[in-house]
Amino acid sequence: MHDRAGAGVPSFSIALTGSGGAGVMTAGNMLLEAAAQAGWYGLMVRSSGPQIRGGEAAALLRLAGRPVDCLDDRFDVVVGVDWQNIHRFADEIPLDAGSLMIGDPDQGNPPEVFTKRGVRLAQIPFKRMAKAIPGSWPNMIVLGVAGALVGLSAERLKSVVRNSYKKGGDGLAASLAAVDAGIAALKTLPETPRLGSPSRVEKKPRWLITGNEATGYGAVRGGVRFVAAYPITPATEVLEWLAPALAGVGGTLVQAEDELASINMAIGASFGGVPSLTATAGPGLSLMTEALGLAVAAEVPVVVVDVMRGGPSTGIPAKSEQGDVNIALNGLHGDAPRIVVAPNSIADCLTATQWAVHLSENLQVPAIVLSDQYFGQTRAVVDRPADVSFIGERVLAAPHTESYKRYAITESCVSPMAIPGTPGIAYTAEGLEHNERGIPSSQSGDHIAQLAKREGKLRQHDYGEHWAEIEGEGELAVLTFGSCSGPVREALARAAAEGIRARLVSMRLLSPAQPERLAKALEGVKRVLVVEQNHGAQFHRYLRADFDLPGEVLSFHRAGPLPIRPDEIYRKITEWSRA
Amino acid sequence: MTTAAAAVPITAQAFKADYKPIWCPGCGDYSVLASATKAFAMLELRPENVAIVSGIGCSSRIPAYTNCYGFHGVHGRALAAGTGLKIARPELTVLVAGGDGDGYSIGGNHFLHACRRNVDLTYVVMDNHVYGMTKGQPSPTTEPDWDSKLSPGGTGLRTFHPLVIALAAGANFIARAFSGDPNGTAQILAEAIRTPGFSFVEILSPCVTFRPEQRNWKSQVRPAPVAPTDDPARAARRIMTDDGFNIGVLYKGGRKPYQPAVGKGTKRSADLEAEFTV
Amino acid sequence: MSRGKATKTSARKTAGRRTMRVRDRKKPVTKPDSIGRADFLARAWTMEVEAAERYAMFADAMDEHNNREAAELFRKLARIEQRHADQLLEENPSSHPPVLSSAGVRWDDGEGPETAAPGDLHYRMQPYHALQIALACEKRANKFFTDVAGSTTDARVRKAAREMAGEEAEHVHLIEEWLRRTPPPDKDWEHDPDPPVVSD
Repeated sequence: MHDRAGAGVPSFSIALTGSGGAGVMTAGNMLLEAAAQAGWYGLMVRSSGPQIRGGEAAALLRLAGRPVDCLDDRFDVVVGVDWQNIHRFADEIPLDAGSLMIGDPDQGNPPEVFTKRGVRLAQIPFKRMAKAIPGSWPNMIVLGVAGALVGLSAERLKSVVRNSYKKGGDGLAASLAAVDAGIAALKTLPETPRLGSPSRVEKKPRWLITGNEATGYGAVRGGVRFVAAYPITPATEVLEWLAPALAGVGGTLVQAEDELASINMAIGASFGGVPSLTATAGPGLSLMTEALGLAVAAEVPVVVVDVMRGGPSTGIPAKSEQGDVNIALNGLHGDAPRIVVAPNSIADCLTATQWAVHLSENLQVPAIVLSDQYFGQTRAVVDRPADVSFIGERVLAAPHTESYKRYAITESCVSPMAIPGTPGIAYTAEGLEHNERGIPSSQSGDHIAQLAKREGKLRQHDYGEHWAEIEGEGELAVLTFGSCSGPVREALARAAAEGIRARLVSMRLLSPAQPERLAKALEGVKRVLVVEQNHGAQFHRYLRADFDLPGEVLSFHRAGPLPIRPDEIYRKITEWSRA
Repeated sequence: MTTAAAAVPITAQAFKADYKPIWCPGCGDYSVLASATKAFAMLELRPENVAIVSGIGCSSRIPAYTNCYGFHGVHGRALAAGTGLKIARPELTVLVAGGDGDGYSIGGNHFLHACRRNVDLTYVVMDNHVYGMTKGQPSPTTEPDWDSKLSPGGTGLRTFHPLVIALAAGANFIARAFSGDPNGTAQILAEAIRTPGFSFVEILSPCVTFRPEQRNWKSQVRPAPVAPTDDPARAARRIMTDDGFNIGVLYKGGRKPYQPAVGKGTKRSADLEAEFTV
Repeated sequence: MSRGKATKTSARKTAGRRTMRVRDRKKPVTKPDSIGRADFLARAWTMEVEAAERYAMFADAMDEHNNREAAELFRKLARIEQRHADQLLEENPSSHPPVLSSAGVRWDDGEGPETAAPGDLHYRMQPYHALQIALACEKRANKFFTDVAGSTTDARVRKAAREMAGEEAEHVHLIEEWLRRTPPPDKDWEHDPDPPVVSD
């Protein structure tokens, strides 16, 4: 049987749930991989209880024939190996009367919080079926059921299972048999919509990747060769991916004792001439602010990836939120301008990080990459990102430059940097205010000149078209950044299908502000909807402070941990454009 | 600190909260929780007079699992918070708790100065030679050749020797315990709390998820072969040659605890104006 | 706190790693010449109560990790131990009934002979494993009382110890019977394909 071709729904959302080691994450990953091999797109979000092992777990998948950047508004199917504590995922798994819940009859009924939504129920005895195939596991039965539901062929599913056994281990035959048994059980299920065949217009090269991996790869491509690491949820995977990858290309990763050490190590390495990076989350970024100020004052490039999570303080470590706008833009004492870049998709985590390295190196300034937990830990099938030529390239000073001034005021405000080892131009990098030669100075003239230099070099730089993604036309515009871009884009597509024209501006360069470019992008716009995932409407306030916004401005904002869904934005847009 | 004259002595159970730990089954921290509550009961403390201050990590979850006052702070700063609390409220019993990552890595600096400052509190480190909460990276007490994703092939670094550091920095009471002997650990904790000054108790507490081989610790630990000493030089020789598995009180000094006078002023706020009056 | 020789693991490895390792604790027993009958009863009672508390803790941990079957079994064991403790008091009424005191009973090996060690837990363990743990506990308890009976000079303590030893021997049989009725663990009972999860 081949993967099901032909017409079907454009997008299919399925949740696999289970607890106590049921293995739903593994099954979910395999399902995503099989879909990717079959030519589909999709993504998988993981949600778990607080236990390190054996906790309740949910693999939330969305599969589609075209690229998808966010979860849908609802799930079509939930498959539960068991239902222990699964009610805790109720808010994350929206269901309605059209949804189907499949459970094991020996594991009791699905939680009432789900069933009261009027869902259809079906039963497949996963545990019994697995027991009937010695050496197999219920999650492989689930894989068969889920895969067939979606329209994947047995061969496709089994090839993914075979791949997972490449490193050895018995049980391959049993797992394959379990997949077959799951597929066969499909006959007992009520009709469900099947996924439409993937678009065969062009076979683009695609990747299966998480945002954290893409971030790491973007750093390597940008030229980063030194990373200082301190683990923190949800950024640790950036560092764990970089550890072997960097070594492979001749770079180094060092585990530091804390974030104060890691940022200072990175700045030290960068002072030595090596493009450097660290990755952290909110609490770590808070610790790093003093050192970032130093890098601004001493004009040392460094990139800090902030994988945002629920805040404030320890907050909600394993969930996403866009709450670090304030600290990224304003968290340093004194006037300390720096670059802030926000990727707007999982694939863009690569491009945006690479761009951040490039900007940081060229402009000799720290750059903060505002990623978030949703990007960082979601695995997605994406079109291979286009190659971009951004690579870090410092303006270097030549040896024996006569009267070398490290902090010389130049036209571009970027002054050639001396790298230790270069004869005749040694200097001392300074956090104290300094004159052009880098000698500490408390003179007003020097202070103003250097402040103007550090601000001017960012302001004057031409950031090109990358500062934002601008799509569509209309008198209504939606302004957003980061992981809200996905649901906004989808909402706009739905609105467009109903004849409502609206513009998307997803800002990639948050700092320095580009008010003229935004004004141009919003020409003719009468209504601006600002969308963001935090409680204090931080992005909205920033826009009101540093930009001119035309017409009426509405802020749509909500804190994590739940994602903002396309339908919420779609309804906001249609309501407002009809008012 | 006064205890109500009770006919029935307070039990360890009275110090336990209803909220159940999420530690992996088999985790040594369950026993540490049992030992701590037993120690509090042995000392006839009252839950409202005990404060447990922690940082971030699996071990740092412990305050919420007790009926005492708790402070679940930021990573690595528990000793600082605990110091502030104890100095401001000297009548409380303050226990600072955390893991080896929280305490010896990011908390290293505060560890040094807490030993030196010698405030009367007890610091408990549940050492499992790994960063458990973030899924298994090396900590300062991890062996140099332990393979992990973040440090493939091992860190190659010499391990941190917390007991040596504690002695050198001035800790007044130094002990090692093992979670596999909860009653013995309770005895050590009680003595640590009773002893004035900064008491440091390192508790070997295996991580069954990331370091399953630590189930063997049970056969590697032994009671310390000598009685505790109050001579720093002798303690130094002993601790410098310690292999990490000697259990018991190793050093007990006589340093006077640091406690600035609190609430003993004789002036009123208005009296201070005199220095400015023309 | 003395431990004597290093402990030996009694790893019963049958085909396919069906059993968990359950550690035996071989250690010297307190020479109880000076234990009077009241002390002895307090010790015996404390043993049962501590065992019950430990099983209750295990049940909670299993519940938190969604292992209902193991949790239920540990709760049963907790109830059984508590019943033994209650029975002891009923059969030996006293004007000063024992109270669980942290400063009170000290065991040679750190924990009471009937108390299960936390290190023996596994979040995927099956009822069979729980019963193996219980069996080891009852065997140790039986040995404890047998040793006391053999070494005490107090006739009343000896009588009581023999009775207790007999009771524990019965418990051993009961658990063995229970084990026979319980399905052996699945091959690969430890299997969990999902990696550990971070929440902090």
